[in-house]
Amino acid sequence: MLDHFLHWLETTPPAIAISESSWLFPGIESVHVLAIALVVGSITMVDLRLLDLNLRDRPVGELIDEVLPWTWTSFAVAVCSGALLFSSNATHYWGTVPFRAKMLLIILAGVNMMVFHATIHRSIDAWGRQPRTPRAAKISGGVSLGLWIGVVTFGRWIGFV
Amino acid sequence: MLDDFINWLGATQASSIIQKVFWIIPTVQIAHILAISVVLASMAMFDLRLLRLAGTRHSIASLSRRFMPWLWGALVVLAASGSILIVGEPKRALGNPFFEAKMGMLATAIAVTLGFQAILKRDLGRGGADLAPSHFTAAKVIGLVSLTLWVGIAVAGRLIAYAGS
Repeated sequence: MLDHFLHWLETTPPAIAISESSWLFPGIESVHVLAIALVVGSITMVDLRLLDLNLRDRPVGELIDEVLPWTWTSFAVAVCSGALLFSSNATHYWGTVPFRAKMLLIILAGVNMMVFHATIHRSIDAWGRQPRTPRAAKISGGVSLGLWIGVVTFGRWIGFV
Repeated sequence: MLDDFINWLGATQASSIIQKVFWIIPTVQIAHILAISVVLASMAMFDLRLLRLAGTRHSIASLSRRFMPWLWGALVVLAASGSILIVGEPKRALGNPFFEAKMGMLATAIAVTLGFQAILKRDLGRGGADLAPSHFTAAKVIGLVSLTLWVGIAVAGRLIAYAGS
């Protein structure tokens, strides 16, 4: 069932075009790397603030409102470009450990973000203006930073397999 | 001349260690990518402010104080990790057209940034609270040029892998 889907994906016109062209893959990959860099760089700013290592004079809520729209836009670009790259050789990528590890870490980063929004983010007006952040915020920021470094690590690793 | 240097560098002990230990190049590349993430995000926030597309409630001077240390810090990491990658695989980078384009754009981006910082410093030195309004148009041009260059640097960096010499 999954094998059929992966095979079908590889035979879609965009996937064929990417695997047959000499410049489409590098071109889309460049966009993908740029988008990932913006996702990780912008999330790092928020994570370092949550760890109270950076931007301590700045209310956390304000920083999040300012940075997150750019993070989500970049993430959308990364997902679309990544899906195109994946489609060009879907069966191969699906079978590799770093690809699966990267997807797992992205899901975990999403879960971490949802937990943050469902819990400590609710009281952000109360603690967000202090330079020092509560322990729960530090844990959330640290987990996020670790997961995204892992995403970059496994992402780069996919290219070595 | 360049070929001689590439051959010499590739024959050094440092180069052979980097080549032989399988995890050095991937690990250093990951550090390099993480550092370019910091540069791109910081410079995107700063340049978008110069273009008046983001962060307009903060002064240019305050964002400059906030993001410039990250730029210079990350550039040190990039230069160090980039140098290790060049020593390990001199043939891959030196003489590669994308590498040359990347270094050209990097030099330009640094020059543009230093030039803008000099203008901002002079405006602040004259007692202004922020960049002088007469420099707002220049700031927009600089923001656009800088953003384009940093994007170009990251793209050229990725494309080095595709122009094998």
